[in-house]
Amino acid sequence: MWTWFHKLASPPHFYRLAKALSPWFLVPGLALIAYGTFTGLFIAPPDYQQGDAYRIIYVHVPSAYLSQMAYTVMAIAGGIGLIWRMKLSHAVAAAVAPLGAWFTFLSLATGSIWGRPMWGTWWEWGDPRMMSQLILLFLYLGYMALRASIDDTAKADKASAVLALVGVINLVIVRYSVEWWSSLHQGQTILAEGGPAIDAEMLYPLLANILGFALVFGSLLLRRVRTEVLYRERRTRWVREMILSPQGQT
Amino acid sequence: MKPRQQRMLAVGLALAGLAIATALTLRAFQDNMMFFIDISDVVAGEYPEARNFRIGGLVVDDSIEREPDSLEIRFRVTDTRCELPVSYTGVLPDLFREGQGVVAIGRLDDSETFVADRILAKHDENYMAPEVAEMLAKHAEGKAAMAARGTAECNPT
Repeated sequence: MWTWFHKLASPPHFYRLAKALSPWFLVPGLALIAYGTFTGLFIAPPDYQQGDAYRIIYVHVPSAYLSQMAYTVMAIAGGIGLIWRMKLSHAVAAAVAPLGAWFTFLSLATGSIWGRPMWGTWWEWGDPRMMSQLILLFLYLGYMALRASIDDTAKADKASAVLALVGVINLVIVRYSVEWWSSLHQGQTILAEGGPAIDAEMLYPLLANILGFALVFGSLLLRRVRTEVLYRERRTRWVREMILSPQGQT
Repeated sequence: MKPRQQRMLAVGLALAGLAIATALTLRAFQDNMMFFIDISDVVAGEYPEARNFRIGGLVVDDSIEREPDSLEIRFRVTDTRCELPVSYTGVLPDLFREGQGVVAIGRLDDSETFVADRILAKHDENYMAPEVAEMLAKHAEGKAAMAARGTAECNPT
């Protein structure tokens, strides 16, 4: 168990493993998104109140889930990096931040586009769900800015890991904002008490898209971690040997 | 204690402290975190008098009156216990209808009518096909029936 763990933490080993794993996430992920998007947009019935406008959930909900999942990965990786001093872990945290920021932006943008015709507003300052999700975006951007502002990688890793851990509080607030306080945003649908409050024909493509988005996210993350590892290890022997080897870069 | 365990403890304690501090702060600002005020609280007089505020509730069935030749509309909003008359002039969001959740932004006038500057429709967490909704409406109880209930139970204290 521990040998496996230590081997995983070795940058050259992970570099090769990530390359092998990436397509196994990407291909099923894209297939699920293709199924979910087609079924969601063309086959699933319209909503009894919103008509076709509800179909934005097939992008909005997966993005929102992933904005949270990416942050969870970032915070856990940062925590492992702080406690166990694992360098690879910090590389994962650094690589995941821009992905998380993009999914957060996507969830805010799609929510806003839907909100204009349905709620009657693009944006409401003071709504707990909207504000906490916006703070999540700022946490990602602040995290990236903090990293970029410190030249020493080890110091940047430590400082940004602390920021990521502090921001975990906001993750909890985003999740429960619609239950603790009154909000314009509706409550949980898929995880509603007493089962999903959505027709099965609408639900299955949504679940497919959530899983598909997650798999593509995993594939993108593996690619980004490889780049990050390569950059961080640029002065090491294994990188030089790999690049100078007859097979060239792999 | 090994240095690794010390770091683990430090991270754990820092997070626990932070969580408690945040929980206390949010508790202190509970009222400000609310996006809207319940109708019962408004009827009981618990609302800011000096500024606009938001109310939230369901549009009471058969309460919508439109003024001919203008965009003015009057209706009542309920939290299923108390009701409040609302007047508004302007364009309504797509989801606005009787039995629907709405948020209105404005203030009370002298005759205890809420004069709204803006109306937002609140969507609930239910998604279903039109046929399913029709079926549910047939053996209705649900939200619309609740919205139809009058002010009899209104007991603001």
